[in-house]
Amino acid sequence: MKPTPSLITGAILTVFFLSLAGVSYLWTPFPVEQLDIGRKLQPPGSLFWLGTDHFGRDTASMLMVGARTSIGVAILAVGIGIGIGVPLGLAAAANHGSLFDEVIMRGNDLVFAFPALVIAILITAVFGPSAVNAILAIGIFNIPVFARISRGGALSLWTLDYVLAARVAGKRSFRISVEHILPNIANLLLVQGTIQFSLGILAEAGLSYVGLGAQPPTPSWGRMLADAQTMIYMAPRLAVFPGLAIVLMVLGLNLLGDGLRDHLDPRIRRLRQ
Amino acid sequence: MIRFLVTRLLSLCVSLIAASVVIFCVIEVIPGDPAAFMLGLNANPDTVAALREDLGLTGDALSRYFSWTTGMLTGDFGTSYTYRVPVSELVSDRLLVSLPLAVYALILSTALALPVGMIAAMRRGTLTDVGIMGTTQLGIAVPNFWFAMLLVLLFAVSLRLFSAGGFPGWDAGFLAGLKALTLPAVSLAFPQASILARITRSALLETLNQDYIRTARAKGLTERQTIVGHALRNALIPVMTIIGLQFAFLLAGAVIIENVFFLPGLGRLIFQGITQRDLVVVESVVMLLVFAVVMVNFLVDVAYAAIDPRLRIRT
Amino acid sequence: MTRVPETKSPAPSPRSTFPPFRASAGLLLEVAGLNLAISGTPILSNVALRIHAGKIIGVVGESGSGKTLTALTVMGLLPPGAATTGSVRMDGQDLLALDEPAMCRIRGNRIGMIFQEPMTALNPVRTIGDQVAETLLIHGMANRGEAVRIARQRLDRVGLPEPEFPLDRYPHQLSGGQRQRVCIALAIALRPQLLIADEPTTALDVSTQAQILDLLLSLVADDGMSLMLITHDLAVVASLADDIAVMRNGRVVDGAPANSLFARDGHPYTRQLLAASQHRPLRASPATEVPATSGDKTEVDIGGVPAERDHRGGDRIAGRRDAATLLRVTGAVRDYALARKGLFRKPPVRRAVDGVSFSLDAGESLGLVGESGCGKSTLARAILGLEPLQAGAITLQGTPVTAVPAVRPSLRRNMQVVFQDPYGSFNPRHRVLRLVSEPFFLNETPLSASDIRERVAESLVSVGLAPDAMEKYIHEFSGGQRQRIAIARALVLRPRLMVLDEAVSSLDVSIRAQILDLLAELQGQHDLAYLFISHDLTVIRAVTDRVIVMKTGRIVEAGETESVLESPTHPYTRHLIQSAPKIPAHWLQETGHGPPPQ
Repeated sequence: MKPTPSLITGAILTVFFLSLAGVSYLWTPFPVEQLDIGRKLQPPGSLFWLGTDHFGRDTASMLMVGARTSIGVAILAVGIGIGIGVPLGLAAAANHGSLFDEVIMRGNDLVFAFPALVIAILITAVFGPSAVNAILAIGIFNIPVFARISRGGALSLWTLDYVLAARVAGKRSFRISVEHILPNIANLLLVQGTIQFSLGILAEAGLSYVGLGAQPPTPSWGRMLADAQTMIYMAPRLAVFPGLAIVLMVLGLNLLGDGLRDHLDPRIRRLRQ
Repeated sequence: MIRFLVTRLLSLCVSLIAASVVIFCVIEVIPGDPAAFMLGLNANPDTVAALREDLGLTGDALSRYFSWTTGMLTGDFGTSYTYRVPVSELVSDRLLVSLPLAVYALILSTALALPVGMIAAMRRGTLTDVGIMGTTQLGIAVPNFWFAMLLVLLFAVSLRLFSAGGFPGWDAGFLAGLKALTLPAVSLAFPQASILARITRSALLETLNQDYIRTARAKGLTERQTIVGHALRNALIPVMTIIGLQFAFLLAGAVIIENVFFLPGLGRLIFQGITQRDLVVVESVVMLLVFAVVMVNFLVDVAYAAIDPRLRIRT
Repeated sequence: MTRVPETKSPAPSPRSTFPPFRASAGLLLEVAGLNLAISGTPILSNVALRIHAGKIIGVVGESGSGKTLTALTVMGLLPPGAATTGSVRMDGQDLLALDEPAMCRIRGNRIGMIFQEPMTALNPVRTIGDQVAETLLIHGMANRGEAVRIARQRLDRVGLPEPEFPLDRYPHQLSGGQRQRVCIALAIALRPQLLIADEPTTALDVSTQAQILDLLLSLVADDGMSLMLITHDLAVVASLADDIAVMRNGRVVDGAPANSLFARDGHPYTRQLLAASQHRPLRASPATEVPATSGDKTEVDIGGVPAERDHRGGDRIAGRRDAATLLRVTGAVRDYALARKGLFRKPPVRRAVDGVSFSLDAGESLGLVGESGCGKSTLARAILGLEPLQAGAITLQGTPVTAVPAVRPSLRRNMQVVFQDPYGSFNPRHRVLRLVSEPFFLNETPLSASDIRERVAESLVSVGLAPDAMEKYIHEFSGGQRQRIAIARALVLRPRLMVLDEAVSSLDVSIRAQILDLLAELQGQHDLAYLFISHDLTVIRAVTDRVIVMKTGRIVEAGETESVLESPTHPYTRHLIQSAPKIPAHWLQETGHGPPPQ
């Protein structure tokens, strides 16, 4: 089946930012730790593609390294969500209706009852602001999301006859979960993963904007925006580029997620054919 | 219906108790001695002991937990260490900003999103639909604090129509207060409205695929009559969930926006509490916010039952 | 549901014109030269139908024949992207030429329609009275009070009287059959001239089906309404319709008055359909050999069933007990916990299987019949060791079968299962090789890869598929082929017992006949015992030696299939048999298609 325009656009944007972050490990136009007040607030040009900030740092280089921070935090937070949430959800579905299932679901509800951002702020406040704590704070809220979605997906699969056939072949629920359930909810997880990834980017930007994410001198998009806000009358440009980077990255991921869902969901696929 | 309410109320209480335990642990147990934490590493042990006495932090964790929770039940949220006033007083002042801001943003977002989402669903596949969906896709991707900065650049810096921040207080007049809240409310509402419009559209489309829609059409209802008479009420169920979640988010999650616009709201109070290590304030305000979220979810559940008769008999 | 409408004219019409329906006065609706394409794919071609006032036309066809889309074309409810040519004339007016507002005035007013799935056909958040009254209100035929009054009348008419069924009931408070009655009430609220019923009873149990068909018939007889009855089941239309049209691949291939449809000179496809629906595979049945040995009339405990109800079942079990009893179920009880009524109350219990006992010999075919919710599938799962029993015991080859602790692999490999849904039975991500070889998991010593391939190939060949099918994914196969693969999977370990849980119920009749043949053949080759679970008496009669009839978790009757179905002793069995629609026997005997007279 032909991929949709949104899938292609999303994939291009996502790959672009991922490679930007990748390249930043090897090369950036200028070193980002180096402050040079002499060349502060340069306008965009051939030397400084996107200009410099009030410390004379190259905005393009900062954006590249910032991508690394944002993407790193968001991916690891999704990793926490999948790594803990999916096994919990699968186990809850395999023991549907048991006390374990009930505890997992009520625990999920409890996490959902907390205002996420406030708790993230609380965690970074109690344990000190750092990228690692930002990952933990965002990751905790990903756990119930993945637990819920994998439990829901697994429950509908457990009613299918091929699961019964596997039980007739003597397979236990753990083996069935790994062999028959997990591969068939992979699409769901992939789509939800891109959504949580994009939410993670936004959350990381928010946390580092209020100074609770990655600490200076590590550049991050949110931190750049916070710095830009103090200069908003003098150099509004500084507030534009990091914001655009966030918007494009999140937009790319959302388009990718939507595109993947349409591409992978056999129900929609059948309708289109 | 009564059994439904009782069950829901019971689970509401369980959630609140569980939440209070978690909050208490995070703030008072995990950091070790809260008084020492509040005063920092180099504090004089005598000062720490005095503060502990002052804040009623003596005794073991269990008895402190019970005095904290029973205090909250009687309206006593403790005393702020930095402000030296009862937390309840601080909170009620801040609520006068946060609550109107949340309601304002929610009204804006809902009033915008519901019609837009419905139009997109009814004209699915047309240019209107594609345009609306594109805009909302952008709206979801925009961080609200950046959108707020852009609004400030445009309306405060360039056009000078609004002030860039601050809140004159309701004493300065209702309209002045409302005006000060407008840019923050818009920047909060735009991303929320985008999400809500998309949910509205997909819920309506999902409902329009149901068998009973075909039954209604076979009765001779026009497409419009079908949507108004049969689809809308069923589609409202997922939409209401999101509105409920959004209200909770707007009340509690405006922290960053309140920072952008220097608004003296609840979110800013928490943030100040954290930076000043005023744990009593943080603990009580977070609990209050959780209470608000759980309450809103409860109200949404009750509203479900009003819409969907199937939920009234189930527990 | 065996009565034949009296309105039928006995004389068959000449078959020169096509469609060859009687030229009679009162032509209500005429479909002529109808072609339909959806997004460029042709669906219907040159469809022609005539519906007469006060008559019933049956439209029969297998899945994909275009019968539903023909009805939707008449209603003007085609999906987007549909393009039609031809005409649908009602009282001289071409419905295809009408614009949407004009069609809205016709739908529900002059043509009503009901659908297959009553569980989802009603709006869950509005009361039934409201939904019936809406038809009247929308067409401006009554004010609010009047509409409510008429809605009450219509619900009374369809058999939902006060005070059990007040107008403020919600759909979820009603059963499937009752919901279908509500659907009928709202479709006939304005006394339309034509009611289209699209598989109205397919989702319902036989006895409910009989009641709904009776209701439809009486609406036609009393109110002079015409009915277009769409179904895949020849027997349903045969007992009801005046005229029958047979559709295949988007065309009407045959049409005639019902009583002459099966005449010798009928269309080959109609005869093929009929033959398939009546198909009885040739089988070397133990039932035909054994009766001589079942002479001793020992009274034997067959589980909670009073002996007088089942003298035939009892003696057979007794007679063969010593021989080679493969499966024995004794006093099986299975309870389910229902949703808690209160947080601290003990959840109520529903008894799905209630003291069931029977046995099954090696190489024998046992039918298990009952309506939905009678516990037959639960019993099957308990036999397979997938669900624990609360009381009683199940033994296979003398060894107990239990869910906890799980059945030993060496015992489990002797029983396999084939399910109903050919689509849900396979993990879509695995190739057929892996799907069919899954039961080898039960081998204590793993086979080599080449041995597995060889055994899978052998198994595929024995169900009539090519060995290279093992390299394909399941979506590359049709429903019938999938059911063959399901049988291959069940067969690969060469089990002694195969449980067939509605294994042919979702297949079209022609495919079903092939699968039944295959099952009969395999039974002879492998000395398999079948536990054949079905709601369909025709299938049970065709392939089983003995039958057990279940109702609300209990066995109400058991015995030789032929004698139970011919002379049932329990009222429920009699009711089941009478409810099943049948093609009138004398039509079949005239044409030589019927089963030989017993």
